[in-house]
This record gives sequence, C-alpha cells and structure tokens, in this order.
Amino acid sequence: MQVLTDNLDLFVLGFTNTGIMFVISAVFALLLGSVIGILRISPSAPMRAVGTVYVNTLRNTPLALLMMFFALGYPKLGLPALDYFTLATVALVLYTASYVAEVFRSGVNSIDKGQTEAARAIGLSFGQVMWVVLLPQAFRNVVPPLMSVFIAALKNTTVASGFSVMQAGAISANMSERGENLLVTLLWVALFFFILVMGLAALQRKFERKWAQS
Amino acid sequence: MSQKKISLSVVGLAALGLVLSACSTAVPGAESDTKPADAVEFPVSSSVELEGSPTFEAMQERGKIILGVKEDQPGFGMRDAATGERSGFDIDLARWIAAELGFGEDRIEYVTIPSQSREQSLTNGDADLIIGMYTISEKRKELVGFAGPYMTNGQSLLVRADNTDIKGEDDMAGHKVCSITGSTPIQYVKQNHPDVETVEFDNMAQCVDALTSSQVDAVTTDEALLIGYTTLAPDQLKVVGKPFTHEGFGIGVSKTDDALRKFVNGLLTEDSDVLQKIYDGNLGSSGVAFQAAEVDNY
Repeated sequence: MQVLTDNLDLFVLGFTNTGIMFVISAVFALLLGSVIGILRISPSAPMRAVGTVYVNTLRNTPLALLMMFFALGYPKLGLPALDYFTLATVALVLYTASYVAEVFRSGVNSIDKGQTEAARAIGLSFGQVMWVVLLPQAFRNVVPPLMSVFIAALKNTTVASGFSVMQAGAISANMSERGENLLVTLLWVALFFFILVMGLAALQRKFERKWAQS
Repeated sequence: MSQKKISLSVVGLAALGLVLSACSTAVPGAESDTKPADAVEFPVSSSVELEGSPTFEAMQERGKIILGVKEDQPGFGMRDAATGERSGFDIDLARWIAAELGFGEDRIEYVTIPSQSREQSLTNGDADLIIGMYTISEKRKELVGFAGPYMTNGQSLLVRADNTDIKGEDDMAGHKVCSITGSTPIQYVKQNHPDVETVEFDNMAQCVDALTSSQVDAVTTDEALLIGYTTLAPDQLKVVGKPFTHEGFGIGVSKTDDALRKFVNGLLTEDSDVLQKIYDGNLGSSGVAFQAAEVDNY
C-alpha cells in the first residue's frame, strides 16, 4: 500500500493520461471504424477497395511499429509539429479503427440477406438500407466483440510509454528508478487496469440489456 | 528510418569492428594509442573459497556463473547483433570478476537484463551478479546489495557537435531534452528544470537518433554512457558541461549475500589499477579520464 501512497503522483498522472488517451481513441476509432466498415460492404468496388486496403494495412502492422512511425518518423516529414501524446493517439485510433471496421462488417454479415433484399425491393437506397435496416441490428450484434476491441485498445495505450507518452505503462519504469519494488508496482497497475476493464464490461452488459428489450 | 540513424549505426559497427580486430590481431605498433593489447586477459583463479555465500554455492553447483549485463551501451556493454560477441568496460569487468571467482570464459553465461528488472532478477536468482551501469541508491540498497562503487559518475549532456547554445545544465531551458522513459536523469530534469521540454524513449539509441536528426537538442544520462556514444560518432556528437549529479556505479548482488559483496569489494580495493586498464582498453580514446571511486564496504 505504501508503494501506492508514496507515489500517488505517478499513478494519478499515469492513469489520467491513459484514460484521456483511451476515451479519445475509442470515440474516434468508433467513428472511423464505422465508416471503413461501411466502405467494405458498399456496392461500389473502388470504395470496397479503399476499405480493404485500409483494414489489411493497419491490422497487419504491429501497433508498436505504427507508434514508432508516428513518434520517430512523422516529425522528420516536415509536417506541422504535433506532440507525442497526439501522435500516439492518432496511431491508436487508426489501428483500433481497423478492428472496429471488421467487427461491424461481421455484424452486418450476420443479418439475413433477405432483409437487405426486402429493403431494396421496397425502394430504399444503399444509405437507407444501412441506416434504417442493417446498422441498428448490426450494432446490437456487435456489442460484445466491440467491447473486446475497446478493452484491447485500453490496454494498448501502454505501448505509447515507449514513445514519450507518460501513461500507465510508464509507471513501472519511473518506479523502478525511484527504487520501488517492481512486482508490487506491477500488481497495482494490473489492479487498476482490472477495475477499468470491469467498468467497460459493465457498460457492455448495460447495452446488451437495453437493446435486447427493444 | 532516417539515413542518419543508419549512418550512425554503421559508424558504430565500424568502431566496434576496429576495437574487436584490434583485440584479436594485435598487430605490433598499430592502433597502440587506442587499444592496449594487455587489457583483456584475466588469469582464472583456481580453488576459490567463499564461505557463506549462497550465490557462489549455486554457481559451483551449476558449473557456471550467470552475469547480468547490458547490450546497448557503447563502450560499456555492447552486444554485436551479428556475432553475439559482447564487449565494453562492464563486460571486461564482469570477465575479471568471473575469473577471480574461478570461472573462465567458457563458463560464463551472459544475460541481458533491462534496467527495470534488475532488482527482481537478483532476488529471483536469475543472475548472480549485475554489472552494467547500476547506480547505487539508498532506496535500492533496501532491495539488493551493492559492491563498489567502482566508478563515480554524474548526469551530463550530449549535444550535436555544432551546438554552441548548450554548455551545461543551466542552458537547457527552452530546449528539448531526451532520456530513457522514467529514468533517474529524466526525473531529475523534470524536477529541477520545469521549463525544459522532456522527451522519453525506451532506449538510448532512439534518443541519440532524435538528437542527430534535430528532433531534440540534448540527450541526458550518466556522462560515462554519453562518452560511449561520442566514441561512435565523434564528429557528430559531443559531451558538454560538468556532470551535475554525483553517483556511483556498483555491482548488484543478492541482498542476502554479504560474503559475495565483500569478496568483490576486496577485489576492487586491492587491484584498483585493473579498472584503469580496463577503462583504457575500452574508452581510452574518448579523451575523458577514468573517475575511480572509493569502495564503500558497508
């Protein structure tokens, strides 16, 4: 307990940054991922190609590599300077979005083809088919896998500690230099992650119940 | 990545190659100012007795000694990725201690231990000794034992060779300074120089790369380590200012093994000139003198 109370500054700073990074990443990954997901199932071949290339590129690149590019490569491109926190968050958004897109695609695919055909038959456009018929059902189907993607994203924030972002993953490095016991530190970090993930799991159950009744 | 990083590593490999070839071929007269040939051989002691050292007993039982070292610190502990060959001041120091304990070259097993896991590795017995720029601190003494210090050191600054703005600690304000994530040097800068923008990467090479490509203005850590980097690229990098903290490097042993700690302290005290020889062999060309330390046999 003393390990925690003596170094509360580090834990608070670390987990605050982890929280901020996670919330921003989750929101933008959800938006971007939905768009990419829709691209992947759109009737237009070029749009499908864009979606496919995006997912295959981003999902097949290790996150550490992606962050390394943004943290070490981006500043050398002569583009407007961004701080490391922003760069790492952008990397996490792009990476997570590829998983979100696939989850959406699977959600839409799980809906019986007859529904799309029926919607088309009564004259709805592609956009209308998506918004009115498919997406509401797809969203309900994808709540559990989507939450898994977000839980993974929460834990993935720790990768950014290697690239000048002070968050939960960097706590142990700081603590070791302060001469604290590494094992105890890691147990505390793990406990806080556990609590955060439990929160997300509770959110998942709430959505599942809400949409199951409607 | 960047061309500069590549060129820096090429320079590094070339320098390492030079050092290695100088060791093995020992052409008389050649390279005499950079590499004395007598710095690398340590006679292996036989029938070493060490009463009451559980670590030593474990070594003898398994027939070899496990030494925790670094592999990414030029001049101190480097591992050639291609050959697996290890070299540097700390490696020679490790070989010396191993030889004095009765373990020759063929009975040494090196393990690379990241800074964060040093205390845990000693506690678990994953390494018998840790030799690799291990800074002695009171807090750490609660967790592990320290032989030494064998070298005093302090935090200093590495800048690009053409930089004239930064001459020491007080010129850092308004500049970007890089060091390893969460390390003592970066925590020192954050605490004492809130007007400095800090950048943290997982390893020193990334910081040095950021420095050569002008992403940061200075790299800070123990002066000794910085000197190692200047030997790799003397026309690109330089160390400036006086060290602004004072610390000693020690050899980490298990907290419960006072016998081994005292044995190593005895070596460092009685044969202190060996350290100078090892230093000259590895870092003599850097132009920075060896700063011996008085052993604290607590």
